[in-house]
Amino acid sequence: MLTLRPRATAGRTLRPVGRRARLFDPALLVGAVVVAGLLVLSLFVGVYDVTGSADGAEMFAITRIPRTTALVLAGASMAMAGLVMQMLTQNRFVEPTTTGTTEWAGLGLLAVSILVPHPSIPLRMLGAVLCAFAGTLVFFAFLRRVSLRSSLIVPIVGIMLGAVVGSVSTYLALATDTLQTLGVWFAGSFTSVLRGQYELLWIVAVVGVVVFVVADRFTLAGLGEEIATNAGLNHGRVVLLGTVLIAATTGVVTVVVGNLPFVGLIVPNVVSMIRGDDLRSNLPWVCLLGVGLVTVCDLIGRTIIMPFEVPVSLVLGLVGAAVFIVLILRQRPRG
Amino acid sequence: MAEVLAAVPARTAAAAGRTSGAFPTAGARRRYVLVVAMLTLLAAASLIGLLVHGNPVPFGTAGFWRIVQLRVTSVLVILVVAIAQATATVAFQTAANNRIVTPSIMGFESLYTAVQTTAVFVLGAAGVTALQGVPQFALQVVLMTGFAVALYGWLLSGRRGSMHVMLLIGIVIGGGLGAVSTFMQRLLTPSEFDVLAARLFGSVANADASYLPLAIPLCLAASALLFTRARRLNVLALGPDAANALGVGHRREQLRVLLLVAVLMATSTALVGPMTFLGFLVATLAYQWADTHDHRLVLPVAVLTAVVVLGGAYFVLKHVFAAQGAVSIIIELVGGSVFLLVLLRKGRL
Repeated sequence: MLTLRPRATAGRTLRPVGRRARLFDPALLVGAVVVAGLLVLSLFVGVYDVTGSADGAEMFAITRIPRTTALVLAGASMAMAGLVMQMLTQNRFVEPTTTGTTEWAGLGLLAVSILVPHPSIPLRMLGAVLCAFAGTLVFFAFLRRVSLRSSLIVPIVGIMLGAVVGSVSTYLALATDTLQTLGVWFAGSFTSVLRGQYELLWIVAVVGVVVFVVADRFTLAGLGEEIATNAGLNHGRVVLLGTVLIAATTGVVTVVVGNLPFVGLIVPNVVSMIRGDDLRSNLPWVCLLGVGLVTVCDLIGRTIIMPFEVPVSLVLGLVGAAVFIVLILRQRPRG
Repeated sequence: MAEVLAAVPARTAAAAGRTSGAFPTAGARRRYVLVVAMLTLLAAASLIGLLVHGNPVPFGTAGFWRIVQLRVTSVLVILVVAIAQATATVAFQTAANNRIVTPSIMGFESLYTAVQTTAVFVLGAAGVTALQGVPQFALQVVLMTGFAVALYGWLLSGRRGSMHVMLLIGIVIGGGLGAVSTFMQRLLTPSEFDVLAARLFGSVANADASYLPLAIPLCLAASALLFTRARRLNVLALGPDAANALGVGHRREQLRVLLLVAVLMATSTALVGPMTFLGFLVATLAYQWADTHDHRLVLPVAVLTAVVVLGGAYFVLKHVFAAQGAVSIIIELVGGSVFLLVLLRKGRL
């Protein structure tokens, strides 16, 4: 059922990997140290002085540790979701924000809040994940049906699809007088990540482990349906599994943190530009870079107008838009 | 192939005794005439309805005509927006060689939102009033057109120019602007946000009668130019190779069309605010109803459809449901659903 047309390959010609890439190399260690340094920095940046005050240790445990954990989980998982999506659609410009998945998750979240008076966080998550799943299936169904002349059409259509879903959400929000609340939910921010409120984000860690385990299958599925089937892969099942993983990640992250635009787009593209396309050996890099990017953007957001905060989604939106434009321009046919 | 041939007006065909016009059969021609007649009737009905229905003063008295005069503004605004959106979208889809895009996603609306939000952010609730006035209106039109022209000039000219790259970058820049606006909106007080939100949904009520002397000529001139270029649009629709072979410089013609589209979209957006899917809805319906590829025949149907959709929606919501504020949102909703349906039913892009 769930097969994607191989003709969409135009945008994703796999880059060669040179020699068999090793899973662990010294560069990865250096990268890990740098990201760890950023995370430590994130633990100690903030208006409240956690080292000097009497209740500093307690505040540290209530806000700083959850926030930094959330940065790691959300950054790594969104980057991986983007990577899996790009593999499955064979298009480099696809990720949850450019296919409407995020908007679907927001719609689900809003629908649950309207239908149930005071929804619990797991219930909201369920709504968001289910809607994100349905929305991703709609997008994949569309990709299967149409033959594409240009890989750039895919994100254009995806963004328009997102706009449609967004207009439905806006209508619902306006009708129920929750427009400004919707804006607050949607702007991804780690400000409200506190002990006792973010623990469900650990679900995405499970998703991450699954991606690591089945990475080779996604690589194979990325070669197109014919080749994958020829190599003995149940292509439809792998696509379905990928969709579930993407929807779970997007839904959970949207509910706990909000919208994190472009993470899934920039990170895998930059990694693949430098290292070629071998999902298994790239995955640790994608995770690291995802965590690094989100952490840096969050640090910028936290410090730029101290003592207030800029939502991380704004910083990501600006940085991401700029990098995305560079990526598009790079792949223009040379004149 | 047959439809492609039909799209090219055959001037010399009559001499050969065999004609190949916009319609394959006489039945199709009759159907088109019927469609145009119906749409004209509906459009006229909805506009006249908006003018005179529910007038509390008895017919024929001076008070009656005064109220009608007051309502003329909103009818004119509806006409301007309908003409601008319909013509711009049909022409844009032809220039982009793609029937499922709409010019409004290309940053016009994000720019409008950003300008409005910045004004409220900097000046408070007074910002909205600071943006009202003919010079401010003109400035917004110039800003949006300038943005579009800069984008075209950068990405569409030269040998590496590409329509898809231009579209995508327009959307992404729009997204970046949207992020900035969202952030500023978060810092507003709820009452300021309410004032702003009213401006961010396309509404005929946003328009000021004093803009019309500027908006009407702009809209009429740009759409008239597009109407006179309808034959060239037909050739443009054949794709770059065929167009160049037929003597129409594809890239140059594309740029001209897009420039006119930018003027139309900028005028409409600055006048009433964002209407993302109105143009798309109207263009899709127009192709469906006109059932031809000849722009000389599609454009009028599109304009009439736009008047019917916009005028009809206002009439129904105002007099049947007493909820005129929701018009644009409902049009968005219907347009968005049609977009999804078209996407899933259509086999190609």
